[in-house]
Amino acid sequence: MPSIAGLFFYMSEKIKKLNVSKPLVLDCKKTVKDFPLAYETYGNLNKNKDNAILIFHALTGDQFVSGTNPITKKDGWWVTAVGPGKAIDTNKYFVICANVIGGCMGSWGPKEIDKNTNEAYGLNFPVITIKDMVKSQETLLDHLGIDKLLCAAGGSMGGMQLLQFCATFPNKTFSAVPIACSTNHSAQNIALNELARQAIMADPVWDNGKYLKKNIQPKNGLAVARMVGHISYLSEKGMQEKFGRKLQEKADYEFSFDADFKVESYLRHQGFAFVERFDANSILYITRAMDYFDLSRQFKGGLVEAFKNQKTKFLIISFSSDWLYTTKENKDTVIALNSAGADVSFAEIKTDKGHDSFLVNEPEFLKTLKGFIDSMHIKFKNEKK
Amino acid sequence: MKKEFRVIADLLPRNIRVLDVGCGDGSLMSHLIKEKSIEARGLEIVEENVKKCIYKGLSVIEGNAETELHQFPTKSFDFVILSQTLQAFYNPEKVLKDLLRIGKSVIISIPNFGYWKVRTSLLFFGKMPVTKTLPNSWYNTPNLHMCTIKDFFDFCIEKKININKVVGVNEENTSEIKKSNLEIKNLFSKVGIFLLK
Repeated sequence: MPSIAGLFFYMSEKIKKLNVSKPLVLDCKKTVKDFPLAYETYGNLNKNKDNAILIFHALTGDQFVSGTNPITKKDGWWVTAVGPGKAIDTNKYFVICANVIGGCMGSWGPKEIDKNTNEAYGLNFPVITIKDMVKSQETLLDHLGIDKLLCAAGGSMGGMQLLQFCATFPNKTFSAVPIACSTNHSAQNIALNELARQAIMADPVWDNGKYLKKNIQPKNGLAVARMVGHISYLSEKGMQEKFGRKLQEKADYEFSFDADFKVESYLRHQGFAFVERFDANSILYITRAMDYFDLSRQFKGGLVEAFKNQKTKFLIISFSSDWLYTTKENKDTVIALNSAGADVSFAEIKTDKGHDSFLVNEPEFLKTLKGFIDSMHIKFKNEKK
Repeated sequence: MKKEFRVIADLLPRNIRVLDVGCGDGSLMSHLIKEKSIEARGLEIVEENVKKCIYKGLSVIEGNAETELHQFPTKSFDFVILSQTLQAFYNPEKVLKDLLRIGKSVIISIPNFGYWKVRTSLLFFGKMPVTKTLPNSWYNTPNLHMCTIKDFFDFCIEKKININKVVGVNEENTSEIKKSNLEIKNLFSKVGIFLLK
């Protein structure tokens, strides 16, 4: 295992980066320019440029959607849906994904070096929003020479970025698939994010975000933050079926605080695997961006105003057992799009796999995604003729 | 293509916005888009049908018309179509009211309980009728509020709903139903199609 600094150096060689030179006015009123946006592409853009699909990643995702992530050596985070012969077929489509600003896979984020101080930003990094993320990613489309996307897709925070993208840049995409998301963060979701942040900040190693100077990570706090997340991504039923009260490789209770139960062991594993690849300050910044997200607040006339004059064809997908972004919340987005006269479809996938359903192998979901994108491709080609 | 769908298509002008409530697998929507350049949206409760529509590139919302019509703004569609489902709602009157709110015009088709075979089934055999348009038995029928063409005609008059046109369908034959021929058409039509404003 290389040191944190070593890992970050190693990263830079494997990561495509766009220098965003155009000044970007952040929601917090600061203006930034010349910052890096890390991205990855899969497949090839065809001559007619009618096959480009932009994917927005979720809280702990990155630009490595498919194949093997060159940094972690693990599968890309959406390898179930994206790749050769998959629902989003990279033999056919040109897939683009950027690491969000505030993230830690090469884009401008709190672990990057602040040129003014020659140190990692830490908490000197500005508080960014979903809108800031989306505006920075739009520059990537110019860079790649894409006027209009065939489709844009994203789940969870990726879906929130997508809704923002459609509202801020109307008709930049022919179709859109916001999955398991909402137009604002509920009190419950803010509360869960606050729990994650407090876990990190309560770790003495965190040291007001200055831990990178000492080349360490607040691993304990970050692991707990991840555990909170993992609980919220599963459903009660799914968790009961997967773990129940099973014990972890032991016949009886050990009368200690070790991980006796399988579910404890699972959470600990997920928590501590996470700290190897993620920056704690990034979690603070990205969860904050999610909490601040509120499309109706942004647009004075509410959601109808946010989605007016949309030509984009939407497909909203929710999962029946998702309690983080419920079917009801997803349907509220459908209602808003309908009220604005937008072209919107909606499907609820019946599953026990909770919020995580879009990341795991859920055949009904993948079939729906594929069916929609393929049919949109035919329509988009006709429109371009 | 069902005769009923062809009649509905003939009632519609070109290049309008249509909401098909209970759109099934989207056959009618596909037909209307192709033949009349209509902008069609669907609402459908059966998951399998919703997916079929999505694969065809049709716009469809998975949902229950009984409880979810409120999401569509007032007069947001030129026409709203409800094909042979009114009788399956708990509260058809409320659904109809919503349809008339959403659409500038509404087309409703109903399986006619006044059709002669239905009447004779009850009269001569003393059994609940099972026919092509009413294929279920009494214990598994989704139909809660069966009515005849005459019933619906009277209902519209009572509720002051403006009937623009009524077409009776019997297999391949169609005929316009008016007050003057209502009794006879009520006996010989399998399906009644109402254009309401």
